[in-house]
Amino acid sequence: MKTEYKIIVDIIEENARVLDVGCDDGTLMESLKNNKNIDARGIEISKDKVQICVSKGLTVIEGNAEFDLKQFPNDSFDYVVLGQTLQAFVNPEIVIRELLRVGKKAIVTIPNFGHWKVRLNLLIKGTMPVTESLPNDWYNTPNIHMCTIKDFFKFSKVIDFKIFKSLALTNKKYIKY
Amino acid sequence: MNIKENIKTLIIKKPLKLDCGKSINNFPLAYETYGSLNENKDNAILVFHALTGDQFVTGINPITKKDGWWSYAVGPNKSIDTNKYFVICANVIGGCMGSFGPSHENPETKKIYGTDFPVITINDMVNAQINLLDHFKIEKLFSIVGGSMGGMQVLQFISNYPDKARTVVPIACTSSHSAQNIAFNELGRQAIASDHNWSEGKYLSNNTLPDKGLSVARMAAHITYLSKKGLQEKFGRKLQERDALKFGFDADFQIESYLRYQGSVFVDRFDANSYLYITRAMDYFDLVKQFDGNLSTAFKKTKAKFFIISFTSDWLYPTQENKDIVIALNAIGADVGFVEIKSDKGHDSFLLDVPDFLKTLKNFLDKSYLERK
Repeated sequence: MKTEYKIIVDIIEENARVLDVGCDDGTLMESLKNNKNIDARGIEISKDKVQICVSKGLTVIEGNAEFDLKQFPNDSFDYVVLGQTLQAFVNPEIVIRELLRVGKKAIVTIPNFGHWKVRLNLLIKGTMPVTESLPNDWYNTPNIHMCTIKDFFKFSKVIDFKIFKSLALTNKKYIKY
Repeated sequence: MNIKENIKTLIIKKPLKLDCGKSINNFPLAYETYGSLNENKDNAILVFHALTGDQFVTGINPITKKDGWWSYAVGPNKSIDTNKYFVICANVIGGCMGSFGPSHENPETKKIYGTDFPVITINDMVNAQINLLDHFKIEKLFSIVGGSMGGMQVLQFISNYPDKARTVVPIACTSSHSAQNIAFNELGRQAIASDHNWSEGKYLSNNTLPDKGLSVARMAAHITYLSKKGLQEKFGRKLQERDALKFGFDADFQIESYLRYQGSVFVDRFDANSYLYITRAMDYFDLVKQFDGNLSTAFKKTKAKFFIISFTSDWLYPTQENKDIVIALNAIGADVGFVEIKSDKGHDSFLLDVPDFLKTLKNFLDKSYLERK
């Protein structure tokens, strides 16, 4: 399992109510179920992935975070998780606002476009960076709203949400930011 | 044809107060079962049939001698695995496969009811079928499953009896019949009523059948069960056993011939008055209105696990209408999963060989069964 998932599972308390937005094949939901006794809910846009989740006995609805978070009442969940997809939304601002309306807290992970390798790549090659975790070219990437860690902090001030905790992780280890 | 000997019937003695205000009692409810009830009586699934279905879900229908209407989904090792589950299905009241309906004799007048039969609703249908649980001494069903009008019965059932099912699977349905749905049903009813043989519903006493009208009703309805793309791919403009147009009004095109065939085989197995009654029940179905405009209220008392399935090419009960049910459930924090299955087969997808659908349904039921507590 991805380091990121392990960290998220660690952060969330037992028996919390969790919504995993963009839950993919349900790996995180399963881990929450097994380790924290959490009956998490998921939203996933891919039909195939929803079917995989169903085959694992997970409660998932097919949908899109930009349109389908609307149906949940305020504070329906203790945590809403959005993993690595914020940059792919047409309107990340709406998504963040919705996450924080539906959840008491949100756990959002983003690829950091300010990582030194990315910066170096752009500086030396003069082309849009292509890295291990961002493998697409500019013309076919689903990531249309890339930001850096600093951008995200600035964003938190603009739309006024409080960051409780932030962590930076490479593929292997993570450091407190 | 003595159909009685092949039909299991439960006589419901206690009075059932219908939505129309009338009460019925001592009436027959015809049903069929598949698989066997386990010792704990916790493996029962009540399947609800759609407009023209009946209790013969799978295997060979003993009356029509054709495959049961849900043979793709129900049977040994299938989505609804009869090796594992005890499947019960009843013919809806108002129907024509043994349950109390307009082709029955009115004991008071000794005449066939025809249109003197009371108007039935989806609510009445499920209130009749709840008696099956007492009959089999089942405290709680493992699941209730149904597509189209069967899905409407699923929704009504769990709303009326919130603790009588662990899992709830409405498929390709709606919580409120739309104007378009009503319009198509009215077209069918008018086709029947304009057949001279219908005789204001008294055709059975007259020994005639409004088969032309019923067949046109079926043809029109059949179009609504398919998608434009599906029709185009299957038939296109292909001609029926001819090389060129005949410049007349025979069935030149394969699609015409196909629809005529569908209409003609339907009249052999279905009663025209039942068609009127059941389409009326669907039109009257409005669970949203029953709960004063808030669908969530319908499900507030249940702890059941819901799984809702729609199909991309279903324009009769489109995904959005199915999603409205999901939204109502999420609004009250109910346990609800939802998937829209990709299929070109239109509304009929739930009845056909659509592997993604069949697999998903099986996965949901089997996983939920393992985790039942």
